Amino acid sequence: MKAPKSQQVRRLEAVIGLEVHVQLSTASKIFCSCPARLPATVSVSEIEANSHVCPICTGHPGTLPVLNRKVVEFAIQAGLATQCAINPKSLLARKNYFYPDLPKGYQISQYDEPMCRNGVLGIQLPNGEEKRVRIHRIHIEEDAGKSIHYSGFSVLNLNRAGVPLVEIVSEPDMASPAEAGAYLRELHSVVTFLGISDGNMEEGNFRCDANVSVREPGAELGTRVEIKNVNSFKFIEKAIEFEVLRQSEVLRSGGTVIQETRSFDSFRGTTVPMRSKEEAEDYRYFPDPDLIPIYVDGDWIEELKKRLPELPQQRRGRYVATYGLSAYDAGLLTSSREIAEFYDQVMEVLKKSTVDAELTQSAKTAANWVCGEVLRMLNETGQTLQTSKLTPHHLAELVRLLQLQQISSTGAKQIFGKVWETGKSVSEVIQGEGLVQISDPAVLKPIIDKIIAAFPGQVAEYRSGKDKLIGFFVGQVMKETQGKANPTLVNEWVRQALSSG
Amino acid sequence: MCRFTVFPVRVKAEYMKIRQTHEAIAKKTFSFLELTQDRLKLAKENKHQEYITVCADLALSAATKADAVFQKEGVQAFVRNPILGIPLAIKDLILIRNIRNTCGSKLLDNYVAPYSASVIQQLEGAGAVFIGKTNLDEFGMGSSNENSPYGSVSIPGFPERVAGGSSGGSAAAVKSGSCDAALGTDTGGSIRLPSSFCGIVGIKPTYGRVSRYGQVAYASSLDQIGPMARTVEDAGLLLDLITGHDFKDSTSIPMPPTRCAAASALMTEWSKIRLGVPEEYFKSGLHPDVEKPIRQALTWAEKQGAKLVPVQLPHSEYGVAVYYLIAVSEASSNLARFDSVRYGQRKVLAEDVRDLSTFYEINRSQLGEEVKKRILLGTFALSAGYSEAYFKRACQVRRKIKEDFDRVFNTVDFIVGPVSSTVAFKKGEKTQDPLQMYLNDIFTVPANLAGLPAMSLPCGQDSNGLSVGLQLIGPAFSEEFMVSLAAGFEKGIEGVR
Repeated sequence: MKAPKSQQVRRLEAVIGLEVHVQLSTASKIFCSCPARLPATVSVSEIEANSHVCPICTGHPGTLPVLNRKVVEFAIQAGLATQCAINPKSLLARKNYFYPDLPKGYQISQYDEPMCRNGVLGIQLPNGEEKRVRIHRIHIEEDAGKSIHYSGFSVLNLNRAGVPLVEIVSEPDMASPAEAGAYLRELHSVVTFLGISDGNMEEGNFRCDANVSVREPGAELGTRVEIKNVNSFKFIEKAIEFEVLRQSEVLRSGGTVIQETRSFDSFRGTTVPMRSKEEAEDYRYFPDPDLIPIYVDGDWIEELKKRLPELPQQRRGRYVATYGLSAYDAGLLTSSREIAEFYDQVMEVLKKSTVDAELTQSAKTAANWVCGEVLRMLNETGQTLQTSKLTPHHLAELVRLLQLQQISSTGAKQIFGKVWETGKSVSEVIQGEGLVQISDPAVLKPIIDKIIAAFPGQVAEYRSGKDKLIGFFVGQVMKETQGKANPTLVNEWVRQALSSG
Repeated sequence: MCRFTVFPVRVKAEYMKIRQTHEAIAKKTFSFLELTQDRLKLAKENKHQEYITVCADLALSAATKADAVFQKEGVQAFVRNPILGIPLAIKDLILIRNIRNTCGSKLLDNYVAPYSASVIQQLEGAGAVFIGKTNLDEFGMGSSNENSPYGSVSIPGFPERVAGGSSGGSAAAVKSGSCDAALGTDTGGSIRLPSSFCGIVGIKPTYGRVSRYGQVAYASSLDQIGPMARTVEDAGLLLDLITGHDFKDSTSIPMPPTRCAAASALMTEWSKIRLGVPEEYFKSGLHPDVEKPIRQALTWAEKQGAKLVPVQLPHSEYGVAVYYLIAVSEASSNLARFDSVRYGQRKVLAEDVRDLSTFYEINRSQLGEEVKKRILLGTFALSAGYSEAYFKRACQVRRKIKEDFDRVFNTVDFIVGPVSSTVAFKKGEKTQDPLQMYLNDIFTVPANLAGLPAMSLPCGQDSNGLSVGLQLIGPAFSEEFMVSLAAGFEKGIEGVR
């Protein structure tokens, strides 16, 4: 189908709800002791197919599931972080359907009594506004295996079968693709800050189904369409955008939206029908007789509350309030737990060597560096802060020297590059490279005099009122000193020399 | 029932208790190996179609080990280990590692168990010998053992009569003497009915007392493994070895193993016992040939001093309906894994069919008629729009049935009645009338629905020599008391005979 062109269609009001499947990073699977999590250095593709399996997760006749306590704790933490009510008694249920990668012929999930209900997640919209998205429910379930289809045959890898998931279902509270994107990003930070998931979207550890409908503003809810299994922030926004326009056009042209499930074609940027409501499966949910109810008491909840880390929203608030960072920078710093923790460590070091009055300035400089050079290098090299040689001490030292004007920002970038490459301390690099800033008038003043003598034309222009030429002289001095001159001092002395001459 | 074997010492099988067998071993009348060889010979004959697989190698090596233990430790070994070297038969629904496990289904004809059930591990650890895997109604679905592609089991001595189901193979094996005791499973009477028909003792324990890990599930909330033996003491002894908490089964109750063997030796204090006689179990459908010996046993107990109390179990009449809704619903889900992708042999290969549904359709057509019927019924009972009226309603009535028992056990210690309204019927007699077949379970399903322990013990015979079974139903976790009472009845009934 052809993608509708946005300018031709008047878009109707969108109503969006998201269902997110988050793979939990417990050590073992949800109902057996097979490994569920891989070491950080190993990717799924490196694990031999069907090597992380046992009779239980492959559904051998006679086997029985035993619930992993850690899964329950992770789900409670997800619930607490999104202000959900934790169900004191929840039930595991069987969702029955046939598919080759579902070894038992049913998936153990939750239906009538999920673990958590009625939460809320505060999100930050691109325009800086805050919005609250209600959480309908959070439940636990097991993942299925993976079917790999070749031409003429298919194979199964059951390493993923029985890996624990939480499904987080929002209320239909989002009104635009951007809001859906913001919600997803916030939820992603929450689960990674909690440490309950690695949030790896490429490997499908954080994947999303979207329910989308459109309506005339203020009208009743329209027929909703479900878009299945989209695993990137960008794609989900694109898929929703397409769907909103498609449905708007259908209604505009007098048609009706069919209740159906569609899949996103990332190549074309469109959604295509998968199955209609009539083809929808009847999952015949019923409580799993092999498992007992999950009871969660107040003490357990309190204990888990105490272990909750500082969440992205709280962290953002702290950065803005105590360091005076912009909401945008605070948002960037909290886009991942790793970055935020690195920034906090840099600030810890700086607090020890900086007077309070200058801390705000240092905090801003540090934030600029983390959001700028550090993120850029991570992106370019594909490394993580764990694997890179950069330490919080490195960056703190760099910020401190910048603050003291002992190095120039150009010099700092060079130093940073060397530190990143070698892991040497900042002072070692400075000494080795001779990158100390030159502030000595005995060195700089003769150079300034020499430059003034070399460009009489420009001097005359400056003196006749072309103030902006000051930059030209400063630039020449910097060039002469290979960027090592202290630009503030050069600026001052060049002015003096030109006015006195 | 005498037989001659080629062995130097003739092993008298039929009515030797496990304890007596150990005494004979102690006197060196025969060895465990000779005992096992004798049992294997009968098992291989498979005269009553009681076996699906005979595991001779496994049995012989276990017997040799048992002999070595006895040689080393002497009779002390039997004190420590009351099942050492004893040949057992196992219903072919309970997994033994590396042994074929068919569940009585052609679909699983080539399925070899990759692990052992918890009960098997317990028994193996205790030195038991496994003779073979016994015949059953496919996946445990049946009351006559006629739903088995591996033959219809008959009662030893009565080739035209059904051994009862679904643990008919285990019952016939115990009766015939090809093993000394057996394990069965009871979902709606599958241990008690064949025990009753074959004239042996069978116990269905309290739900959760015996681990279900490694038992292929028919209806998970009802299934329970239990012992089948020739005497109350032997059944109790075997129960002691399979009970206890198992972390692998979330529904397993954290309680220590039972001590039923010891309880069976206690004198029954009849004057302190109140026996509930449910009106509903003695209504018109009960055959006089069954009613007579049951009434005699009750009168005998009363003479010993027991108090007979008429009780009502008003919701029992819904038992069969509730059972056949809950059991089939759970079964429809439990059996979904037999889709020939991983479990179940393939009649067609995936590459030879158009689509996945055709693949499922053709391969799953290998399931037997009764199994297909129950899967269809269960799928229907759980379907959107019907689940409220059928599955959920059945669960509500199930609670009512349980409440009936709770109330009755406030005033009596045990409920006593028949296991079945008739003695064993002829093969083919009820196969055309499923309702009559389902009604065989009318007295047994309530105990499963309420999760209560119950047992069947021999209570005389009709004029043709066919056995009648007396059923005891007790409150949860009353196995020890129940076994001691059963031992009292056993002595009395032997005396009457």
